[in-house]
Amino acid sequence: MKELTELKLKVLDLLNEDARRSPLLLSTLIGVDEEAVKEAIAELEADHVIVKYAAVVNWSKIEEETVTALIEVQITPERGRGFEGIAERIYLYPQVKSVYLMSGAYDLLVEVEGRNLREVANFVSEKLSPIDSVLSTKTNFILKKYKQDGIIFEDREEDNRLMVSP
Amino acid sequence: MIVNEDTKQQQVKSMNSYLAPLVRDIPPSGIRKFFDLANGSKDIITLGVGEPDFTTPWHVREACVYSLERGVTAYTSNAGMIELREAISQYLHDSFEVGYDPQNQIIVTVGGSEAIDLALRALVAPGDEILIPEPCYVSYSPITSIGGGVPVGIETYAKDDFKLTAEALEAQITPKSKILILCYPSNPTGATMTYEDWLPIAKVVEKHDLIVISDEIYAELTYNDTHVSFASIPGMMDRTILVSGFSKAFAMTGWRMGYVCAHPDIIAAMLKIHQYTVMCAPVMGQVAALEALKNGMEEKNRMVESYNQRRRLIVQGFHDIGLECHEPQGAFYAFPSIASTGLSSEAFAQRLLLEAKVAAVPGTAFGATGEGFLRCSYATSVAQLTEALDRMGTFLHKLKQES
Ligand SMILES: Cc1ncc(COP(=O)(O)O)c(C=O)c1O
Repeated sequence: MKELTELKLKVLDLLNEDARRSPLLLSTLIGVDEEAVKEAIAELEADHVIVKYAAVVNWSKIEEETVTALIEVQITPERGRGFEGIAERIYLYPQVKSVYLMSGAYDLLVEVEGRNLREVANFVSEKLSPIDSVLSTKTNFILKKYKQDGIIFEDREEDNRLMVSP
Repeated sequence: MIVNEDTKQQQVKSMNSYLAPLVRDIPPSGIRKFFDLANGSKDIITLGVGEPDFTTPWHVREACVYSLERGVTAYTSNAGMIELREAISQYLHDSFEVGYDPQNQIIVTVGGSEAIDLALRALVAPGDEILIPEPCYVSYSPITSIGGGVPVGIETYAKDDFKLTAEALEAQITPKSKILILCYPSNPTGATMTYEDWLPIAKVVEKHDLIVISDEIYAELTYNDTHVSFASIPGMMDRTILVSGFSKAFAMTGWRMGYVCAHPDIIAAMLKIHQYTVMCAPVMGQVAALEALKNGMEEKNRMVESYNQRRRLIVQGFHDIGLECHEPQGAFYAFPSIASTGLSSEAFAQRLLLEAKVAAVPGTAFGATGEGFLRCSYATSVAQLTEALDRMGTFLHKLKQES
């Protein structure tokens, strides 16, 4: 793993808060010159530390209903490759949103999105379970997302400070 | 609202003649006026707020809720819970190298505000002169006057980054001088004092046998250096009454939690007033303050870093739109000069509010020496700051075209 410079860490923190901040704004906030920030970002991108700039979307605000499930998967690791090969076979499906290797009672946590319950259930019974080394699956449907990646979807705390105070 | 006929009558016939002259003669607050102007207006961006834009960290709020559930609702000892005083003592020692005995050198107060009031009430006798570097926080001079003291302003200047100098201090000293009030990092200028800055001041204090009230409520919000407490300067410990609190560093303004530390004799005198006027600081706040000191340092550091980023943004922004601004080293205020516009602070702030929809406080609210300056709080989001700077830029452009 790469050791990040202090500048890069600050850049990452600020971009994580708002990925649309310009190098000029970042350089002012951090107190270094713009070129240094541009360089740091270029390196972070080249090293795939910054993987992508994506919007955090609260899909439930939109008419189109989707369902998301977190599926606990137990597997027997493959000789020589451990979990990598199976993880890849799973994460290449576009309906799979995330895959984590876990410690504890199961091995992979797989986030799957579908248009409805049946679609997700079909994915599990037709794609996931039949994989040879998959021993068991347990599907948990998400009912509501309150917070994701540190971002609260419906923040109820408002700024109730007085407009002018000493 | 029910207004009885009697009160109506009395409102017509002024009741002012009943007021104590010392109170009646306190001038109206320059901040109040802008509050009234700004309040209620929707599309205003405010740089007028003297408090953090963070909500109190959740672990602190949660600790208070839990204590309420357990029924922690009784008075505490007058000086405050001993655990809290011990934590304050430890914190001050670790952070600022000052040592206070939690048994008899610390009182937990209702905000730094009460601490300032206690200190002045305990010390000021009619006719005493109280030296106050200006521009300064709004409460020092009125409270001095209520006690019969005479506030004596000491000018500080933008060319010195609003630092207090020994010469300026010396120039205002008379045989009646008794107390010097210090506030660094400063509200409203953001000025700070280094160890080297303090040494000549300490000499003057020693020479003229002054007592110092050092309001260090913004201590944690010091950006390029670490804060140097006046009490930590050799020989100044016994002469210094240290005022601080949780409002700014831990984003806890509404909790009203502060404290004051001093020589046991002075603390004993302040405790007499405190026990008869407020009995003790609210227990809920004390529980929360203890949690903040025990587990809140990481969040505090994160907030300080965030203010520092916005400090750079606003200073750069003022330069970009052509407002001269010294670099504030502490607190969360920038204090740009608006003298180049030819307007008074008051007129500028008023037009800025009405025409550009940006609220800020005219420098004159902090003493006559604030003329020509504007206090802008940067404790607001990066997006709001950027928009406010934009609006101010457009407004300045318009002013230029007018002239
Ligand atoms: C310099 C200074 N001292 C004291 C206070 C009072 O703070 P509190 O009573 O909330 O502790 C303030 C608040 O704005 C301040 O700016």
